[in-house]
Amino acid sequence: MERRPGPPPTRTPIGDYAIVGDCRSAALVSRGGSIDWLCWPRFASPTVFGALLDPDAGRFSVTPAAPARATRRYLPGTNVLETTFESDAGVVVLTDLMPVGSDEGGPLAMPEHEILRLARCEAGEVDLEVEYAPRPGFGRWKLRWRDTGPLGVRVEAGAHLLVFRSEPRLPLAPAGGVRGRLRLRAGETARFSVVHAVDGPAVLPPLAQWGTRAADRTAAFWRRWSSRLRYRGPYRDAVLRSALALRLLAYAPSGAIVAAPTSSLPERLGGPLNWDYRFCWLRDASFTVRALFGLGYADEAEEFVGWLLHTTRLTRPELRVLYDLFGRGSPRERDLGWDGYCGSRPVRIGNGARDQLQLDVYGEVIDATAQFLHSGGALDRETGRMLAGFGDYVCRHWRLPDEGIWEPRWGRRQNTHSKALCWTALDRLLRLHDRGHLRIDVARFRRERDAIRAEIEARAWRPSLGSYSAELDGETLDAALLVLPWYGYAAARAPRMRATFARICERLGAGRGLLYRYDPSAAGGEGAFGVCCFWAAEYLALAGRHDAALSLLERLLGYANDVGLYAEEIDPATGAALGNFPQAFTHVGLVNAALTLERTAAHEHPLEHQRSLVAAGEAWREAPP
Amino acid sequence: MNWGAWAVWGLVATVALTTLMAGGQGLGLTRMNLPFLLGTIFTPDRDRARLLGILVQLANGWIFALAYAFAFQVWGEATWWIGALGGLVHSAFVLTVIMPVLPGLHPRMASEHKGPTAHRQLEPPGFLGLHYGYRTPLSVVVSHVVYGILLGSLYRVA
Repeated sequence: MERRPGPPPTRTPIGDYAIVGDCRSAALVSRGGSIDWLCWPRFASPTVFGALLDPDAGRFSVTPAAPARATRRYLPGTNVLETTFESDAGVVVLTDLMPVGSDEGGPLAMPEHEILRLARCEAGEVDLEVEYAPRPGFGRWKLRWRDTGPLGVRVEAGAHLLVFRSEPRLPLAPAGGVRGRLRLRAGETARFSVVHAVDGPAVLPPLAQWGTRAADRTAAFWRRWSSRLRYRGPYRDAVLRSALALRLLAYAPSGAIVAAPTSSLPERLGGPLNWDYRFCWLRDASFTVRALFGLGYADEAEEFVGWLLHTTRLTRPELRVLYDLFGRGSPRERDLGWDGYCGSRPVRIGNGARDQLQLDVYGEVIDATAQFLHSGGALDRETGRMLAGFGDYVCRHWRLPDEGIWEPRWGRRQNTHSKALCWTALDRLLRLHDRGHLRIDVARFRRERDAIRAEIEARAWRPSLGSYSAELDGETLDAALLVLPWYGYAAARAPRMRATFARICERLGAGRGLLYRYDPSAAGGEGAFGVCCFWAAEYLALAGRHDAALSLLERLLGYANDVGLYAEEIDPATGAALGNFPQAFTHVGLVNAALTLERTAAHEHPLEHQRSLVAAGEAWREAPP
Repeated sequence: MNWGAWAVWGLVATVALTTLMAGGQGLGLTRMNLPFLLGTIFTPDRDRARLLGILVQLANGWIFALAYAFAFQVWGEATWWIGALGGLVHSAFVLTVIMPVLPGLHPRMASEHKGPTAHRQLEPPGFLGLHYGYRTPLSVVVSHVVYGILLGSLYRVA
């Protein structure tokens, strides 16, 4: 792809995008009706539309020719997006979806992958501009265009085939792609479909009949899924939208959940903090499993645990930080050389964190498995031995410095959060042993677990700081320490945790209820970190400060975009979304905060490993009333 | 007629042909998926179509091997080059005759001229199967020539 001279053009705000998907890949649709991001056939495949990160990287837009006011919503309980354009000339409703659901009784199997767009004119007479400009393979593949009339406009790149069809029909433009203008009168509907095939001949359902039926069937699929939501609290809409977003980020064939469907949306506009998140992070595991079980989606949670256990078999007893959808390592990080979102370069593909050491992942994987067992799951002997092997690895390596949860590029340190999660790993294994799930060297595991706690209490608790510090013997803070009560390391009402929470709010507070994840002077100008803000609300709930938790959560809900989606970060100055979008970790944080609030409001007992903390006497235990 | 040789080597050659075609597809040379094409004649379900299609493909290969065996018997000998020639003719027939008329034979395949309908949604292969990728003819010819070579080398005239 040729570079264009001059400054990058103004871009659509990140929060102006919404997501549609089919649990295998996902597309971002702008408020203006442009699909600016899509990787096919899977989340981490090369882009087909990449205009989000470079104006020449491909888009598919259906937008009114005249200026129009756009409002959006998802059809209730679904991932079917509806954008309404209102102008002086008329009203047109654009429905975007990627069809899902079985085709029982239908004439043929569904297309491998499809994007379906239906534009219905509700009033007046509206001219629509259509631009279909795919650039498969990050814009680097050689394309062969062909207009096959009733069989659509075809573009082939290697074995990949894209077929564009529309009703009314639009022809192939001389330079490739499709550009055209359609006039719709009240009651008329235009239909657009892009089908991708790589696995066999393309399936091309007739647009007129298929379009409406696929939309109805897809909406029904999502509504059925939504009806399984168990949460009945006051934030049902926000929780359901988060659950639906998480479902979209789950890769159905393997059960893996990607951190986000995008790459290189910047944590600071114009800066270099741009990462590829189209992979699965083990650190998200425990939180995600907890959210899915809590919401009543036991099948999805078990699929994810199954993926976790299967994936980690390949590298045991060592765990990698991130894996691809099939449990393989992620590709090496490289620069695409694109313009980047608002000039934020480099645009990275692959993730360099793959080579990092993050000791917290052992605690997260083992805790996720413990939750799976707590919910009635069962372990085979081989998996039990594998978990014991992870524990053995932790016993041998917990003293090492690591990059830690935030995977900075500044090198390894003695991160307190990592030590606490090593403690969690051994603690959970000891409990699983007590219940007969596996066999371990109890004396050794107990000795090492107690040694980790002693180390943290002696070296991470800093009287000068009045808080646990981000690293042993350090003087900085880390918002990740807010999760220590959840993991059962310390009671939320323990003096040291209360002091740590207060200090984190004081030093990492970004205003307006937001938190930075670590010292903002070291953060390179990035925004407030979404999941940390929700951890603060959850901490307050666990600490019995129900009203404060409620108030904070409600404030945080205000940072979602108009369709309820969150990016990784929030700009403290404007409230705008920053970073990859939508971000599973942020939505998991929202769900878990809402679930904890619901539970604590009902005075339900916390989980077993948290109950054990309700005993007075030590600084990490709950303070006597 | 050497029925034993036909049964054994016909199956071996068919397995080789099926593997080569699937390999070509997996390597991105072609989207021609014969089991899928054959299976969708009988069922619209993608997974069942593949499974059924493999069985039909194996049966087809065996039946075609019978034709090869007859040809070897008539010729009076079976050699690798006669088999290769047979594979070449066989693949040319498939590409130039069968592929273009497939929309008329396959109940779920769309027509080039009318486009997809409610019951016909499968992309047609086009002349030489080029709709399934421009290297489709290569994949078809190579796999059929290998099929013929295996039969010609292994079959013994009775």
